[in-house]
Amino acid sequence: MPTVKVRLRNPNREVEIAGPRRVSAILRELDINPESVLVICGDELLTRDEEVAADSEIEIRPVISGGAP
Amino acid sequence: MKCRVCREKAVIDIRRHNAAFCREHFIHHCRQQVVRAMEKFDMIAREERVLVAVSGGKDSLMLWDVLLDLGYAADGLYIGLGIGEYSDASHEKAAEFAARREAHLVVVDLETSYGFGIPGGARSVRRAACSACGLSKRYVMNDAAITGGYDVLATGHNLDDEAAVLFGNVLHWNMDALVRQRPVLPASRGFVRKVKPLIRLGERETAAYSVLNGIDYIVEECPMVEGNTGLRYKAALNELETAAPGTKNQLYFGFVERALPHFEQLGAAGGAAVGECGRCGAPTTGDVCAFCRMRETAAPSAPRGAEGSEPELDPTP
Ligand code: SF4
Ligand SMILES: [Zn+2]
Ligand SMILES: [Zn+2]
Repeated sequence: MPTVKVRLRNPNREVEIAGPRRVSAILRELDINPESVLVICGDELLTRDEEVAADSEIEIRPVISGGAP
Repeated sequence: MKCRVCREKAVIDIRRHNAAFCREHFIHHCRQQVVRAMEKFDMIAREERVLVAVSGGKDSLMLWDVLLDLGYAADGLYIGLGIGEYSDASHEKAAEFAARREAHLVVVDLETSYGFGIPGGARSVRRAACSACGLSKRYVMNDAAITGGYDVLATGHNLDDEAAVLFGNVLHWNMDALVRQRPVLPASRGFVRKVKPLIRLGERETAAYSVLNGIDYIVEECPMVEGNTGLRYKAALNELETAAPGTKNQLYFGFVERALPHFEQLGAAGGAAVGECGRCGAPTTGDVCAFCRMRETAAPSAPRGAEGSEPELDPTP
């Protein structure tokens, strides 16, 4: 079955999801709040309505950083 | 999605603005937000020398990038916190950026200059790591800015940071902190002016700007962040933001415009007298400042810092 390789960070790990799939559906499936991440493919950013082709690789990168002011 | 300006394919959507942008117009949008914040709150004058506190993360490197693009005389300050590999990696990101932009990076290493790093310092005074770290960063930033003769210190706090800190300050009715949570803290005796030019940008925007501009920043989290309450507040605010875009903006700017003037009046009435730290001369309301107290506990035999060690200058131009 064709899959989308998804790289997750903090901690680094990889999951595979059946493709093709919309970005919004991938985030929902992984239970990730779209406000808290960027979805990156190569050096491009993907918006929520974009379809990710099967056999492609994306990174879901958290944008939230912690710490003291 | 299409760019609000040119109708080309968008690379990012910003729900609280009900807008999406292509790469070019998104970068323009980010710069404009920085310019608007700086103008509205009178942050930096054209001819002033700026010291930008850079951690190697997306916000501070983006801020430095934008200030350089806007033509400001901005140097960077990297503070080595002594947090193992994480500190080494973030120093590398800051130094690489400085080299690429041919900008000047000042480096102060806590262990070299003051005899302790954050893990040891926090343990010795039984503070949470982030609290010891925040205290140290504020001290070193101010000291480096004054020593280096800078007019203003700029930090990369974004809208999410400010909203989360405000949320926490309100939950605990932390009055002292509320009075000081301003976009600009004017200079006062012993303190340089501090400004936050990124308050109009969310952290998804600062991250996107960095990715789209090829700024290689540290994505890994600091290993000491575990249990940090700020992260919990951010998660809660993001839930609210998802249901009602614009919530964070409303919380923070509502505070700045409508509540802060009242808090400032209270602050002016009840402010404790500021004297000088008996050890380092920094302004403090006690006899010895909180940073010197921590340093004396964490590194009793270390040199006093200030005279013993000039801030080390990075070899990169
Ligand atoms: S997470 Fe905490 S300890 Fe780590 S750098 Fe940020 S403030 Fe310092
Ligand atoms: Zn456009
Ligand atoms: Zn002191």
